Amino acid sequence: MDGFLHQLLAGIASGGIYASVALALVMIFQATHHVNFAQGEMAMFSTYIALVLIQAGVPYWVAFAITVAVSFVMGAVIQRVLLTPLAGSPVLASVGVFIGLLLIFNSAAGWLFGYTLKQFPTPFDGPPVMGGFVTPHDLGAFVVTLVVLTAVWAFFRFTTLGLAMRAAAYNPSSSRLMGIRVGAMLALGWGLAASIGAIAGMMVAPVVFLDPNMMSGVLLYAFAGALLGGIANPLGAVVGGFAIGIIENLAGAYLVGNELKLTLALVIIVAVLMVKPAGIFGRTIVSRV
Amino acid sequence: MFRRTLLTTAGAALAAPALLRSAWAADMPGVTKDEIKIGNTDAYSGPASAYGAIGRGHVAFFKRLNDQGGIGGRKINFITYDDGYSPPKTVEQTRRLVEQDGVAFTFNALGTPTQSAVHRYMNQKKVPQVFVSSGADKWSQTKEFPWTIGWQPSYRTEGQIYAKYILANKPDGKIAVLFQNDDFGKDYLIGLKDGLGDKFDKMVINQSSYEVTDPTIDSQAVAMKSSGADVLVSAATPKFAAQIIRKIYELDWKPLHLLTDVSISVNAVINPAGPERATGLIAASYYKDNSDPQWKDDPGMNEWRDFMKQYLPDAELSDSNYVFAYGVATTCVQMLKQCGADLSRENIMAQAKNLERHQPPTLIPGCYVSTGPTNAHPIRHMQLQRWNGKRWELFGDVIEGAGA
Amino acid sequence: MRDTLIGLVVVIIAVSLAFVASDYRLFQLTTVAIYAIAILGLALVTGYNGQISLGHGAFYAVGAYVTAILTSMYDVPYWATLPVSAVVCAAIGFLVGLPALRLGGLYLALTTFALAVATPQLLKHKALEHWTGGVQGIVVDKPDAPFGLPINADQWVYLFSIAVAAVLFALAGNLVRGRIGRAMRAVRDNALAAEATGIDVALFKTRTFAVSALVTGIAGSLSAIVVGFVSPDSFTVFLSITLFTGLVVGGAATIAGPIFGAMFITFLPNLAEQVSKAAPGVIYGVLLIAFMFLLPAGVAGGLNRLHRRRPAPQP
Repeated sequence: MDGFLHQLLAGIASGGIYASVALALVMIFQATHHVNFAQGEMAMFSTYIALVLIQAGVPYWVAFAITVAVSFVMGAVIQRVLLTPLAGSPVLASVGVFIGLLLIFNSAAGWLFGYTLKQFPTPFDGPPVMGGFVTPHDLGAFVVTLVVLTAVWAFFRFTTLGLAMRAAAYNPSSSRLMGIRVGAMLALGWGLAASIGAIAGMMVAPVVFLDPNMMSGVLLYAFAGALLGGIANPLGAVVGGFAIGIIENLAGAYLVGNELKLTLALVIIVAVLMVKPAGIFGRTIVSRV
Repeated sequence: MFRRTLLTTAGAALAAPALLRSAWAADMPGVTKDEIKIGNTDAYSGPASAYGAIGRGHVAFFKRLNDQGGIGGRKINFITYDDGYSPPKTVEQTRRLVEQDGVAFTFNALGTPTQSAVHRYMNQKKVPQVFVSSGADKWSQTKEFPWTIGWQPSYRTEGQIYAKYILANKPDGKIAVLFQNDDFGKDYLIGLKDGLGDKFDKMVINQSSYEVTDPTIDSQAVAMKSSGADVLVSAATPKFAAQIIRKIYELDWKPLHLLTDVSISVNAVINPAGPERATGLIAASYYKDNSDPQWKDDPGMNEWRDFMKQYLPDAELSDSNYVFAYGVATTCVQMLKQCGADLSRENIMAQAKNLERHQPPTLIPGCYVSTGPTNAHPIRHMQLQRWNGKRWELFGDVIEGAGA
Repeated sequence: MRDTLIGLVVVIIAVSLAFVASDYRLFQLTTVAIYAIAILGLALVTGYNGQISLGHGAFYAVGAYVTAILTSMYDVPYWATLPVSAVVCAAIGFLVGLPALRLGGLYLALTTFALAVATPQLLKHKALEHWTGGVQGIVVDKPDAPFGLPINADQWVYLFSIAVAAVLFALAGNLVRGRIGRAMRAVRDNALAAEATGIDVALFKTRTFAVSALVTGIAGSLSAIVVGFVSPDSFTVFLSITLFTGLVVGGAATIAGPIFGAMFITFLPNLAEQVSKAAPGVIYGVLLIAFMFLLPAGVAGGLNRLHRRRPAPQP
């Protein structure tokens, strides 16, 4: 029983990683109805920027803030420069751009920062608690994820801007008629998603160590989590992320073995989408003809 | 009539050296009087692009060699292509090297699945595939594949060395193995099986694999601790090695920990994990780690450092791939020097299998390259070392793994 | 009629290349032909039927392994493995198509992406190791020319692949130009309206998936023969992404598109590498994005537009 509890806690810890990345995916989906496959790589690149700042002597939280701001600008610029011109083109062209971005960020990170492992500092230092299965960083990252989640949720739920953004994504033409500047909304959405991704990266890196391929494994599980909880729903995505972490750990340890964990993620995705496509927390949208 | 015969004979006599020369040249493909063409494939893109450093190291090394005059008056034309660690691409690029660029041989091409894809091709075409950059055991099958040879100690050999150590120091240990789910990790298991023999099933109570795409190995670590093991063998690449070192410390689990030589770098693995946390860690190695203080004034490493400063000033010195590359490139030069004037493919291969106690400056004392007509395991010796919290301490004698 | 003529010319040029190109170039061209077939399969399901698949590498892998296993373990002649591979992949494609019915756009893309990510792990699994060879892979013999024809193995494999490609492209071309093709496009553009006109959307979508998997699976089989080796590392998620890249660059809802796409994914990495050894991914990504900007409907799409813009001949 001991082992089970420990696996559970380990699952919650890795679930935190997936949850924070899932939040970024949800943000971009809410804002653009696209899923950015390059989200993970952009987050990783932002984390390197933070590391460069910290190594130059900038205090942690200042570097944190600068990185979030820089990532925001990066996301917004990418949206304006690369994606807006393709708005009238087939959807597949946008996906092509995402793939291109993925390759560019990954390769550029390796070229600029090297491939050896880097340690990324955490602001939540200290000895492990709870029998060594949860570190102060895990708790701190959890809190940060909750803060971001609350901010995102509140943004979409209570602010006019959030409403405008969702409207722009759902129905650009009608939104324009309502006076919403759709282009600005899209750029804003990308900027916010990039910022959330940067935060996710900075929370994840202390745990997994920073290298250019840090996010490639996380992405699939983050997607699975976001889908499981509901990709249109920030709370759902976070819960889904944690759930995936727990399921993956427990199933890997007790059910299917480590050699089928990826397959399990696939099966989960398929099962969820078959049974409840909107995710656990999502609202099923019924369209009547 | 006589004049015609005279002219013909004279013509033939004049042409003879030219004919002979071209016949001679035809016997040395990839070699002209000015250059030797050497081919290589490496992963410069994709998930394995960290190993691209090896190819870059070689480019710089041969540039230095050319600056110093080359070998026997010939410069080295080193041609390296990206295969993105994808076997079909490796086939394409290797065929390009052999059939289009006409290289004399391929040197230190990267990867087990990738080089496996061209293993038969190279042997059918009788092109030397020397010093393959992979720890798989298959490169030493010199009877079936006489045109191929590896260089580094095989992972299986290392597994055997660890098995020997465990049997000698903890004969009733319960072993957990963390291994990467590919040929690299699985070869360690096979080596352990070789070394432990019929004790394997009794002693190895937990085998936990991980994929390169796994974000963390926390789950595996928890499972291994829960199994009650008191020995841990980690066949893990740097990122996961750092993670496991840190995790077992956090879990307050103190097994006898043996780590693959692939992940011994102080700057790239031990420091990120936490130097004090790795105390007691044991690893085998055959080459020196640049960030290890004990090699601070070592002449061999100083030679390497000078080389890096001059020819690769922007490279990360903590990347052990550059040390590895320097060592194997030195062996390549030794092989070429031994060829003398006969740079035919047959002789190149013969010399690759005729290296007697050759010691590149980057190898740990006691480890050396040695090959013979029936022995195609170039490096078989490894030195055990223990991390004392601040540096690696060599201990014991150099251990030899299985030979031919 | 015009398209058939163009197709015929392409085939004639392709065949004649077999006798002038070097063995290495033929190998490259064979790779192009095989990728063209693989992307054709993807074009059917994604371009013409609107179901986004980021996991076609999985079908390619299944086809490759079927051929590898049959030839190495059961001594089945290489050409006989193609029909087997076709049937197996069609069946799997149909099975994948079933849950795909419930998923649209994004969700299907993610699911197929997950399939692509999980494929190498499945291929390595202990339970299948006896057949798949696990991480070591399987070596496949290259066939010599039959009937003692005076051509070498590279030429024969090339011609064989061209023949298979010609047949598949011709069949696909017929398919999309006819009633079924119109139905596929109708389902893609407005499934509801299509249903209203009596098209059994569910049946169509699953069948399209099956056909698409069949085509890509055959490409996989050919790749096992021409490369001579299969291993889990040959079929990573990157393969699926590469096929998808070829699709969008070539032109998603066209028959000629896959050929351009195949050329892009075969030759562009080499070009990118020549520009930068340190970061070839950056060059490749930039070129890909440039293509998306200049030719958002792909090369074939762009050519189509150009053709349509030409003024009609004056009487």
